[in-house]
Amino acid sequence: MDLVSEAKISQMASMEKVRYIIDEVRKGKILVLEKGLNPMEEAKLIEMTMSAIQPDVFSGIEMQSYPANTDASLLGKFFKKQSNKRLTVIGPANQLKTLKKDRNLISALVSASE
Amino acid sequence: MSMIKRFKVSFSKIFNKMFKKKGACIGIYGPPNAGKTTLSNRILHDWVGNEETMGSVSHIAHETRHAKRRNGLTIEANGHTITLDIVDTPGLATKIDFHDFMEQGMNDVESKKRSKEATEGVIEAVKWLEDLDGVILVMDSTENPYTQVNVTVIGNMEARNLPLLIVANKVDLPDADPGVIKEAFPQHPMVPVSALEGVGMDSFYEALAKQFG
Repeated sequence: MDLVSEAKISQMASMEKVRYIIDEVRKGKILVLEKGLNPMEEAKLIEMTMSAIQPDVFSGIEMQSYPANTDASLLGKFFKKQSNKRLTVIGPANQLKTLKKDRNLISALVSASE
Repeated sequence: MSMIKRFKVSFSKIFNKMFKKKGACIGIYGPPNAGKTTLSNRILHDWVGNEETMGSVSHIAHETRHAKRRNGLTIEANGHTITLDIVDTPGLATKIDFHDFMEQGMNDVESKKRSKEATEGVIEAVKWLEDLDGVILVMDSTENPYTQVNVTVIGNMEARNLPLLIVANKVDLPDADPGVIKEAFPQHPMVPVSALEGVGMDSFYEALAKQFG
């Protein structure tokens, strides 16, 4: 399992981040990103994951991030402040299984690679 | 018709042609088996008639593997008439395992084919996100709403400042708890419905007109 700092991820362009995640996860790694991806990057990651799926080799990823913190104050609503990215865990679908998730807790089961 | 009246009518037609707001294009999103196509079919049933459907439905996930668009759907609610294009999208997922289809009774070849088509469907659904004016996000009220698919779709709409309407579907089922969905995403309007039974559809159309009208 790799715990990836915000500093490392923030140096990368969006496409680099997605490529890095897919490559690491396909090697069987589980990544915990200190600050996750933005919503567009998450969508791109889903898209690229689909392209990488191969029967009996790679069935996709398990990805869990918390819902974004939104600023419900009047000023926050007025300025439509960009929501904060939050911790994200990503791993191969056959090794990482989410047991429970709510607004502030992700409970997951990690198993050894098959 | 007087000259002035005729002039007024012609001017009004030209003005409407020039500035008439194009019908919003609204995507129906959600995880597999949330009831997106059932909702699309219900909308068509209510506003077009029985003869037209958006697609077939099945208990096996990823029944819809290509996005389908229905243009110019006119809906009346709250005393207003709105015209929308709706796009029924394939269920979004982060993993697709052909073994899951085999467990549903499909053979090896059929399962792998469906799996391949399902991955293409997800890619299509993600690409559609860039061309929409808003999203109806369908969730299964009997399931935990904190799925990555829901978080990602909501995040994309918020980042693009586009309107979103959450539909808490399957409220006819005994385990349904739409309150959990409201609690999870309180910043967005939510309507509890059973698209299958046609329950809550009046409230849905009112919310639809308010959000996208």
